[in-house]
Amino acid sequence: MEEPNLSYIESMSGGDIAFEQKLIDIIKEEFPQEKQVYFDNINSDNFKNAAENVHKLKHKISILSLEKSYIVAVDYENSLLEQHKDGKEAFESILQRMTEFLETL
Amino acid sequence: MKCIIVDDEATARTIIGQLCSTVNDLDVLEEFPNAIQAIKYLNQNEIDLIFLDIHMPDFTGFDFIETLKNPPRIILTTSDPSFAIQAFEYDCIVDYLVKPITPQRFQKAIQKAKTALVKSSPDKSVSAQPESSAGNDLYVNIDRRLIKIDIPSIYLIEAKGDYINIKTEDKNYVVHSTLKKIEDKLPDEVFLKVHRSFIINFNKIIDIEDNSVLIKKDVVPVSRSNRPELMRRLNLL
Repeated sequence: MEEPNLSYIESMSGGDIAFEQKLIDIIKEEFPQEKQVYFDNINSDNFKNAAENVHKLKHKISILSLEKSYIVAVDYENSLLEQHKDGKEAFESILQRMTEFLETL
Repeated sequence: MKCIIVDDEATARTIIGQLCSTVNDLDVLEEFPNAIQAIKYLNQNEIDLIFLDIHMPDFTGFDFIETLKNPPRIILTTSDPSFAIQAFEYDCIVDYLVKPITPQRFQKAIQKAKTALVKSSPDKSVSAQPESSAGNDLYVNIDRRLIKIDIPSIYLIEAKGDYINIKTEDKNYVVHSTLKKIEDKLPDEVFLKVHRSFIINFNKIIDIEDNSVLIKKDVVPVSRSNRPELMRRLNLL
């Protein structure tokens, strides 16, 4: 199973450790909020808004270098736009892995 | 260049801001989490460039552009490559960056913005042989005439020695140039180099088989090194 990592952040920081930490702090602040909004929408079957939330979360998935998970998120977003929840479990498992990874930083 | 960043995601604004800090003559004047605040700012301030997220709640990046009477140059930023064609409809859009943005791709976008600004500047020096315009058109020099080619109509470009053969829906153009030069003038989201001698219009693909792509009636080889990028871009079922 693919694991989150900081390779993208390190590749674009140019070795600027202060920037890396700043970005991580912003992600740690923003990610739980976006995740909560997603859960609120999916739990109330608000498919369109949930799809938008997944769309936004995709960026953080890619920032944490989860390339395969990104494809899972794309599929899930499309599924939500068609009023289905196919891929929900896999997507939420990705969110959980990201949560656990961010707690280690 | 003076620029602003418009994106509802703080993470994205931070990344773009960091990338901007690596460019000597690029100053980020402001960042905005929504288009409405940016419009208010633009009513009172002049800037050269906007980094604009397409996918924002309530007011999308395209809605935002529609409200601007004299839009500055715009670099779109998005997680969704499927808007690339729509982006072509706006002359002010100089490039289209798919997130996560890499430093290399960002630098290329900045070069495009600088080129577009020079071309639109009233005191610009006129180039003897302009090769492109920032929009849908590409000008090529054939027999001392500058001939306009509609970029979306190009489906294939093939390198042949010191020349390139540009194939469009209507006709073919043989131009004294290199694949590298024309590649820099074409939008990355639509065109893809699949072989050292071929650039294809991604939207014109009919089918793909192992190491080749069928475009119109042309079977184009795909090199091993370029195949992963081709596969990555496919909307696979």
